[in-house]
Amino acid sequence: MGVVSPGFQGRPRTAGPQLPPGQYLIEDFPVLSAGPTPRVSLDEWEFVITTETGQVHRWSWPRFRELPGETPEVDIHCVTKWSKLGTVWRGVSLDTLLAEVDTAADFALVDSYGGYTTNLPLEDLLDGQAWIVYEYDGADLAPEHGGPARLLVPHLYFWKSAKWVHGIRLLLEDEPGFWESIGYHDYGDPWREQRYQGD
Amino acid sequence: MARAAVSGRLTRRLSWRVARLVDYRDETPTARTLLLDVAGWPGHSAGQHVDVRLTAADGYSTQRSYSLAAPADGDRLELTVQRVPDGEVSPYLTEVYSVGDPVEVRGPIGGWFVWRPTKTEPVLLIAGGSGIVPLMAMVRARRTARSRTPFRLLYSVRSPADVYYARELARPTRGDDGLDVTYVYTRSAPQGWSGKPGRIGIADINRGGWPPEFEPSCFVCGPTGFVETAADILLALGHAPGRIKTERFGPSGG
Repeated sequence: MGVVSPGFQGRPRTAGPQLPPGQYLIEDFPVLSAGPTPRVSLDEWEFVITTETGQVHRWSWPRFRELPGETPEVDIHCVTKWSKLGTVWRGVSLDTLLAEVDTAADFALVDSYGGYTTNLPLEDLLDGQAWIVYEYDGADLAPEHGGPARLLVPHLYFWKSAKWVHGIRLLLEDEPGFWESIGYHDYGDPWREQRYQGD
Repeated sequence: MARAAVSGRLTRRLSWRVARLVDYRDETPTARTLLLDVAGWPGHSAGQHVDVRLTAADGYSTQRSYSLAAPADGDRLELTVQRVPDGEVSPYLTEVYSVGDPVEVRGPIGGWFVWRPTKTEPVLLIAGGSGIVPLMAMVRARRTARSRTPFRLLYSVRSPADVYYARELARPTRGDDGLDVTYVYTRSAPQGWSGKPGRIGIADINRGGWPPEFEPSCFVCGPTGFVETAADILLALGHAPGRIKTERFGPSGG
């Protein structure tokens, strides 16, 4: 147990859904990003998967929207301590996008319009764990939340769910992304509280 | 956002340290600056933040992040906490937390939204409300380092009574030559102030900022809507996205 702060009681706690350690529950939807919100028109938008051999798979917006959609309802956990339960999205599973991609890679480096990057093990994008989403709560994804499309990987801290997603580079060796190279944890499992390097 | 010049990479494990309240100052009726002593503090850069952990007698604990309000000064840390109505942590820190009491802190955190005195390009700071806190750390770091880098601070507040660090910003402090401060009042302005209260707009950023040709580093911090507006205006005025760093907080921060 940590050092007790005299007089601190915290909120009244009722038995409810379990939160990862250090997280608190919120109802609104904060926005966090490191720079201005990029505005990406649907005419220029594309999603690109590049394999370790340089093979490129490319989807324009119309082609992307023809892919079968799913409606994941998931809890999300931000490294800044808030968690939001039961969020509803619509998008395309990475299983669908990666189905035709021939790769021996173990790692993925996701890149965004605006220059943001984040890295994950490729297996964390597979088996129904990750989506490229274009709707939140029944409406088009707002630009400040990553619209027109963002990655959604709810089992990791939310900085891994890159906004304004542009593509994925498949890599044989892990390569740190934006926050990962300035002190944040390489993997980011909220249940193991992997916030910063060394956690 | 350009690929970051990522100095300040953290390689050591961040451990929880016990911080004790040494003193406090009330900035406004709803914001208090906490002066904390943290033995063995490793130092930090202006703009970084810390995680604060509170633990109740029954073992329950919760954490929040707070910006550091001043540059590193040995074992001394300064946080300014805004009381969020119905908040779980900020009402405790601003009303109950007393001199001598412990909390736990961990940090410093964040290597992106920082200003280092070795930088020489002009700096534009745009603060909305309590977004002033990490930006004030930059103003103070500039003074401490005797930097002559030109700084402009554009500070949006509801009314004069909502200004944090009011005396320090009003009276030129030794070492603050070359720091210009402009206020934007959204609800009520002081007597004699020319202009009408209102939300930050192009004219404010034109007047209180730098032209894009000067290639300033822009730091914008405040509530989400404020940051979105200010960053969009900077882009529209021709500032490069890679020179605009933002830190947003939502209404749930507390």
